[in-house]
Amino acid sequence: MVKKRVLVACGTSIATATVAASAVADMAKSAGIDVEVAQCKAAEIHGKIQTFSPHVIIAMTPVPSDLGVPVFNGVPFLSGIGLDQLKSDLVEALKKD
Amino acid sequence: MGWTQPSLIETSLEATDSTQVIEALGTLLFDQGYVRDTFVQAVLDREKVFATGLPTPEIQVAIPHADVEHVLRSAIAIGVLVHPVEFGEMGNPEGTVPVRIVFMLAVKQSDSLVSLLQNLVGIFQNPAILHEILETPEREVIAVLFNEKLPDYQEA
Repeated sequence: MVKKRVLVACGTSIATATVAASAVADMAKSAGIDVEVAQCKAAEIHGKIQTFSPHVIIAMTPVPSDLGVPVFNGVPFLSGIGLDQLKSDLVEALKKD
Repeated sequence: MGWTQPSLIETSLEATDSTQVIEALGTLLFDQGYVRDTFVQAVLDREKVFATGLPTPEIQVAIPHADVEHVLRSAIAIGVLVHPVEFGEMGNPEGTVPVRIVFMLAVKQSDSLVSLLQNLVGIFQNPAILHEILETPEREVIAVLFNEKLPDYQEA
C-alpha cells in the first residue's frame, strides 16, 4: 500500500496540530498503515495542499469545505469525545486506495 | 517550577460571558507580571477566530491563549466558574461549549506549548482530576493537584 499523507491544520500556534499529528502517527502505526504527517496553519492550507498533496486533512480549526480533500475534525484528539469514531473513520479513509 | 500557583487561581469566578472570564484571568496574569498589557486583547481577538472551548467528558474546559510575543513568563491561570459560561467550540464555528473550568495559558516558548498541551489533554480526558479541581475550595490544594500532573518547565 502506498504511503498515505495526512495534513493537520490548526490555528496560529501549531501546538494543537502537533498534539494531533503525534496521535495520528501512533494510530496509523497500530493500524498498520504507513503515513507521512505534515502540519500547517489554517491560513497556509491551500498552498500546503499543492505542495504536500494530502490524502486526508485533519482540521483543528474550521477550514474551507471545498478543498477537494476529505476533511476530518481533529478536536477529539484533544477532548477525547468522539475519539473512537474519529479513529475508525480515519483508518477507513486511509485504507482506501 | 510549577505551571500555576495559588495567586493565579480563582475558585468561584462569577461571570456571564467568556470575555469577562478572559479579562479576570488575564488581569491576574498581568498584575503579577506574567504577560504584557497586550495579552488580554490578543486572547480575546484569537478566541473570536480560533475558539478554545473543548467538549471534554463530564466537565467542559477552555484553554484561551495568545501568541508568545505577549508573554513575559510562562504560567497558567485557572478559573473555576460558579455557573457554566459558553465558550466557542474549537473547530466548530457554530458550536459553543458550557465551560466550568478555564485554563488560561501564558506560554513564552512555542515548543513548550506543545508538551504542555499534550499533558493537559491527559488531564482533560480524565474527569476525576477535573472533578477534584471543581470541588476543591482551597486554591493552594488546586495548585498542588494541577502542578503534580504537569512536568516542570525550564525557562531559557
